[in-house]
Amino acid sequence: MKDKARGTATLILRDQTFTVPAGITVREAIRHVGLVPESVLPTRDGELIPEDERLQDGDVIRLVAVISGGWA
Amino acid sequence: MKRCRKCGERAVIYMRQHRLALCKEHYLEWFVEQTARTIRKYRMFTKHDRVLVAVSGGKDSLALWDVLWRLGYQADGLYIGLGIDGGIAYSDRSREVVEAFAQERGLHLIVEDVPTLYGESIPEMARRTHRGRGKPCSVCGLVKRHIMNRVARDHGYTVLATGHNLDDEAAVLFANVMTWQVGYLARQDPVLPARDGLVKKVKPFFRFYERETAAYALLRGIAYIYDECPFAQGARSIYFKEVLNRLEEERPGTKLQFFLGFLKAKKQGAFAAIQEQAEGELHACEVCGQPTTAPGRCAFCRLVTPLTSPTPTPSP
Repeated sequence: MKDKARGTATLILRDQTFTVPAGITVREAIRHVGLVPESVLPTRDGELIPEDERLQDGDVIRLVAVISGGWA
Repeated sequence: MKRCRKCGERAVIYMRQHRLALCKEHYLEWFVEQTARTIRKYRMFTKHDRVLVAVSGGKDSLALWDVLWRLGYQADGLYIGLGIDGGIAYSDRSREVVEAFAQERGLHLIVEDVPTLYGESIPEMARRTHRGRGKPCSVCGLVKRHIMNRVARDHGYTVLATGHNLDDEAAVLFANVMTWQVGYLARQDPVLPARDGLVKKVKPFFRFYERETAAYALLRGIAYIYDECPFAQGARSIYFKEVLNRLEEERPGTKLQFFLGFLKAKKQGAFAAIQEQAEGELHACEVCGQPTTAPGRCAFCRLVTPLTSPTPTPSP
């Protein structure tokens, strides 16, 4: 049976917001919006969540940027 | 769904380079154990040492101080106020975060404020001296290295610890390889022994990916400055880290192999000839007494015009 539309989830990284299809994993979603999973940590309500978790319709995932640095 | 290797509960983190999934409890335990192991393996310091931890308010340095405190080391903190505002009161907020962290745990914190001590903020020093092509990062590095060593010597600390992680080290290595800065290659090491007035410097987190230090800070509930330094935008270090993360994404373990392979080659003498040159004789600066590569005034004293000259300290 073909997958029906399962709604959408939202990824937030600093001041950027991305809408992704629900049903895919967090890791797939991060790649889907052109980010590198190695460079962010996914959280929901301030809690770290595993990358293999499947997104539900209406999920809001905040991505914590892990890269810092600063020699020019 | 990945399960924690230790208890079988749902994992919160999966480290692809180690093929290791852990739950929150066992990740926090693993992280502390790995730090202790690195400190022992690389002979960084013992419980008898007095360790000065350079804390910026960022995730890495606060996580390091937290871990050393949990492991029972004698670790005090040093915060250096740089006078950076950037429209977000960056330095003021960083200081507040560090002071709150120290207070919550009853830890001793030393604060050195650059504008108060030297009459100028870091960006002002960079502007006055036209260094860094609009970015004060090189001036910042010079001032921080000077103050860290001075404070460590003045207060009798035997070791200076910084929160550099593997991504930091791999990015520096990558940049130096790209431009073949062989002198810098010879000097890069997670343990720099004490010599000629320079306090021993160590990086206990150098085997952790940046993602792992961030996860530790997050899972431990450490409040840290999330905002990047306003001058870090567009920095080469960040660009190189992103490039390395793309490689890591395709081939897990690339960053670790890159840096550990470098250390192995170095240990086998690959940079021995350059290392001898890089570790040339040091002289005491005629103004501040701190070690410098050329006789006369050190680079720091040539940069600043102190309001009050810090007392020169004799070499140990």
